[in-house]
Amino acid sequence: MIYFELLWRFFRIGFFTVGGGYAMLPLMQHEIEINQWITQQEFVDIIAIAEMTPGPVAINAATFIGYRVAGVLGSVVATSAIVLPSLLIILLLSRVLEKYRDHLLTRSIFAGIRPVVAGLILSAAWFIAVTVIFPQGLATLTLASIDYASVIIAVLVFLLVSRYKIDPIKIIIGAGLLGLVIF
Amino acid sequence: MNLELYWQLFSSWFKIGLFTFGGGYAMLPLIEKEVVERRGWAAQEEIIDIFALSQSLPGAIAINSAIFLGYRLGRVGGAVVSAVGVVLPSMLVILGIAVFFTTLKGNAAVMAAFTGIRAAVAGLITAAAVRIARSSIRNLAAVILAALSLGISLFTEIHAAWVILFGAMAGIIIFYYLPQRAYLSTNAGEDKS
Repeated sequence: MIYFELLWRFFRIGFFTVGGGYAMLPLMQHEIEINQWITQQEFVDIIAIAEMTPGPVAINAATFIGYRVAGVLGSVVATSAIVLPSLLIILLLSRVLEKYRDHLLTRSIFAGIRPVVAGLILSAAWFIAVTVIFPQGLATLTLASIDYASVIIAVLVFLLVSRYKIDPIKIIIGAGLLGLVIF
Repeated sequence: MNLELYWQLFSSWFKIGLFTFGGGYAMLPLIEKEVVERRGWAAQEEIIDIFALSQSLPGAIAINSAIFLGYRLGRVGGAVVSAVGVVLPSMLVILGIAVFFTTLKGNAAVMAAFTGIRAAVAGLITAAAVRIARSSIRNLAAVILAALSLGISLFTEIHAAWVILFGAMAGIIIFYYLPQRAYLSTNAGEDKS
């Protein structure tokens, strides 16, 4: 049955990818090629759409493929199946973690992990800032290739949220509206 | 069964899911606001721990974080409710697009709005990065670990999960096997309270 097929294949994708949604895309592409669920062009399109809609890219792609293959129920099955491995693993892990939470070994591990994650987040901020400042990529590093309007928005947002406690949701809505006006 | 908690978890994660554009890290400022400031469900350090774990496990970071926090507050039911809440907005949007439009690409209005949003997200993440760096880099060992991790992810293709594993091992060596030096640290694994 098509629903079991979707369940099994998306469960596998969800289970074998560590490191966030983007890591799932190559596996998904492989499955698409084998099963002829959607065309490669549609897959590229759905990734572009997914980047413009809220939520993780791979989850969005699963929803879209599930719908194309087996309608609304198919999309529910594919989306649930890709999330299910995370749910099961974290439920198991959380029990263990809570038991040993105050152990010195656990605390030492997290004391090492926190600064490392801070470094990772700084690098993520850097990569996003670069794509905003130079939307054409780093091949053309000239003053003319800088997107000044975006830079001003980014700097303003940074200063505003650093100084005042503003709801990021309001900022995102405001920036979307501002984008409609100026771009 | 605590229906009120389930509803709070669902609506908070629905909100975060609805306004997260551009992958895992983009939701960090939203989680901080909703989970740490507004609901008081976790301290900022705990959010960082959850983020680190979420990145080292199978699945999307956003969803893993929702499941972790959901379980801590509401056990299995809380985890399921949070997962559904964070996935539902994007699922509805994609279903809407799949049903009603053949393509969204090239829509000038959407592109323009998205350019503005991306710029704002850059500012939001940078502010969050500075905030987190300040709260989690408090001793020499942490400075070195953060600098190494920043360097590795800027200049190499090494996967973030390996970098986090490296941090965990460094943590064991520095804070567990060399505890006589751990007093250099003001926060050796302590939760901020």
